[in-house]
Amino acid sequence: MSSQTSGAGDGAIVLSARRISKSFNGVQVLFGVDFDLRAGEIHALMGENGAGKSTLVKILSGFEQPTSGDIILDGHSVKLPPNGAAEALGIVIIHQEFNLAEHLTVTESLFLGREVTRFGVLDRKFMRSETRRVLDLLGSHVDENAMISSLSIADKQMVEIAKAISRDARVVFMDEPTAVLSREETNFLFKQVRKLRDQGTSFVFVSHKLDEVMELTDRVTVLRDGQWIKTSPTSILDGESIAQLMVGRELSKLYPAKREPNVDEEIVLSVDAVSTGYVKDVSFEVRKGEILGFSGMIGSGRTELMEAIAGLRSRASGEVVIHGEAVPSGDVHAANRRGLAYMTKDRKSKGLLLNSRMTANLTLQSLENHGKLGYLSPASEAQALERARRRFDIRVRDGNVVAGRMSGGNQQKLLLAKVMETEPEIIIIDEPTRGIDVGTKQQIYHFISALARDGRSIIVVSSEMPEVIGLCTRVAVMREGRIVGMLEGDEISEQEIMRYAAGLKKKAAA
Amino acid sequence: MDTSVNEETRDVRRRSWRDIDLRAVAPFAALILLLILGALVNPNFIGLNNLANVATRSAFIAIIAIGATFVISSGDLDLSVGAMVAFVASLMILFMNSGVIADPALMLTAAVLFAVVAGSLCGLANGLITTVGRIEPFIATLGTMGIYRGLTTWLSQGGAITLKDPALQEIYRPAYFGSILGVPVPIVVILAVTCIAAFILYRTRYGRHVVAVGSNADVARYSGIPVNRVRTIAFVIQGLCVAIAVLLYVPRLGSTSATTGILWELQAITAVVVGGTALKGGAGRVWGTICGAFILELVGNIMLLSNFISEYLIGAIQGTIIIVAMLVQRSLVRKS
Repeated sequence: MSSQTSGAGDGAIVLSARRISKSFNGVQVLFGVDFDLRAGEIHALMGENGAGKSTLVKILSGFEQPTSGDIILDGHSVKLPPNGAAEALGIVIIHQEFNLAEHLTVTESLFLGREVTRFGVLDRKFMRSETRRVLDLLGSHVDENAMISSLSIADKQMVEIAKAISRDARVVFMDEPTAVLSREETNFLFKQVRKLRDQGTSFVFVSHKLDEVMELTDRVTVLRDGQWIKTSPTSILDGESIAQLMVGRELSKLYPAKREPNVDEEIVLSVDAVSTGYVKDVSFEVRKGEILGFSGMIGSGRTELMEAIAGLRSRASGEVVIHGEAVPSGDVHAANRRGLAYMTKDRKSKGLLLNSRMTANLTLQSLENHGKLGYLSPASEAQALERARRRFDIRVRDGNVVAGRMSGGNQQKLLLAKVMETEPEIIIIDEPTRGIDVGTKQQIYHFISALARDGRSIIVVSSEMPEVIGLCTRVAVMREGRIVGMLEGDEISEQEIMRYAAGLKKKAAA
Repeated sequence: MDTSVNEETRDVRRRSWRDIDLRAVAPFAALILLLILGALVNPNFIGLNNLANVATRSAFIAIIAIGATFVISSGDLDLSVGAMVAFVASLMILFMNSGVIADPALMLTAAVLFAVVAGSLCGLANGLITTVGRIEPFIATLGTMGIYRGLTTWLSQGGAITLKDPALQEIYRPAYFGSILGVPVPIVVILAVTCIAAFILYRTRYGRHVVAVGSNADVARYSGIPVNRVRTIAFVIQGLCVAIAVLLYVPRLGSTSATTGILWELQAITAVVVGGTALKGGAGRVWGTICGAFILELVGNIMLLSNFISEYLIGAIQGTIIIVAMLVQRSLVRKS
């Protein structure tokens, strides 16, 4: 298979960003970024999480308006219409999170909002055959009459892509389109993308997968910490140099030194053949002072498993044993009492009361420590807040600020502090650094490391591979609700994790 | 650099100032405005006698609304309280008429306990249907409203239920008409109930849980709070408050009927909302609720004392008040 097509990317500039800046609630996330997209090119947009890729994509597709700077479409400065209305201009975005209504059929989804009618009546026959045509073009076997809710995640992704193609898009943004696709499906997708590219459609390809970027794209633009770093033809780069541009610093500084627990260290948590919902027959053990990582694709069942262990979700079968004591299924309190705490990845909707102040949030899980017989002592709570602010470096100017007004990084520190108020021995941290800046990330990594050195055991669930690799001494990889690999020491690498996560390699769970 | 930091600091402080205080202050400002308006309409209005009268008459709604503050703060709603008043009052009078205990004082004590238990059980039923049965509180309590009202009609056979024993009437009368240190008993009861409620909501673990559940049930669940128990207990507190209102109501007329307490649920909800508690849950204002109940009663009183507006329009005015209160609340939220 030929990797790059010469000649592509010589077309006129279709869409470009000129010195685009963007702030959210006073936090600047893009700093004067330039970006050009030519007709008939596939342009990779790369950067670490939080580098500003998604924000730039949203601005160039009209979902967000820039704080300053210009968007130029076909040589004219434009203000893109919001909420997906830019589709009328041929600018289509394929969302990372699916945007499909579960109760519609595939055909209905494809034609949503632009249904074809004859004499005022829906022309179902035409719409069905058109849907079939587009799906065949993609080499997809999805039934055009199937309900969206009945499709697998990969098939939903295909429908999203079919939807974009069926709308005669000139500019297509694809945010991690292959994250949930098999190699075969990815090949189909790439073939189709190349074909459309050769017909003049432009693609912006956002991905973390270096090999796919090398294989598919014509040019690469790298962002780091909201700034434009470099744009260059893919052919003169290699994976190593792109990674260097993305990270731009020594990775070793970001993560504290790893510390392996002794092999004879006590086993504090043992999970035996747990099944719940999508999760099937998962077993593993955690030792005192260990940091165990959980990696895998989004939707591989990691969060469900952790919630089942923490008692937030009942188990269909299996045992969870903490310090030799079995924990009943679906009982948060029992798990808490035995010293296990779960820190949600969803700090805004499951972690913090956004309309409440820091104190109310901090002590919510541990109110029994602040007074007798249900009576609360404000002084004791204030003391706890002071301690937590110092320990976790929560920086706010006004101690009475409500949680919703704090920055993502401070919210995450507050959430960690809240969980730590229960004095847990085993802490499950789901996505420890989602949506926070690099500086705070580093702090959180050091907190986690310090907790482990303290003799606490930590499970880190993360979709960011560098995080799992940099932090954990053992990594479990999940796929389709099962642990498919348990990596230790030198085995822990991006390639190895990917092989297990994508189903290319399997071994019995340790 | 320095100046920008200062500006930001000031900005933060100003925002939180606005956010915290205006909504809590608004109902009291409205109350003061009403008092001034009333004094202008009729000089008799501002007299201590008249005001004490108004406060006394607001007692039923005020006490029920305190319970509603808990239910609404935890994110639920109870439409059955008006019917519950009629039902519990009927049961209590029937119990006293049954004459199972001869001594009037003993009988009264037993009847009071009986009413409190009956009210709590009615609240518990609402809570369990909502949480264990997983039925929207609006629908669940719409159902129990019909049940409590229907049972009352059946118990009274469509007529009235009247307390028969004159000795009992005599010793029970002061519970509504008496006074303690010159203060009418109903006002003392309002103050006592409010103080206890404020303590529970603001100073105990349970109160914190109520607000957490109402503001985001998921966060509460992930924090290990037993969400359903918290919600159920709020309904029981509502039932208890209804029972306390009944204890004041029965000695007033010594009688109930199928039409007792009609539309009281709407007045109670109005008082809560006017008082600044968000209907979607997550913020309870006990003193605001009392203020709301006074405002409702004051408006009626001013209409009665003035000659401009027919008192038959009272329902329309109260309806307008709740809409205006919601608009004010929302505009205050938006500004912050």
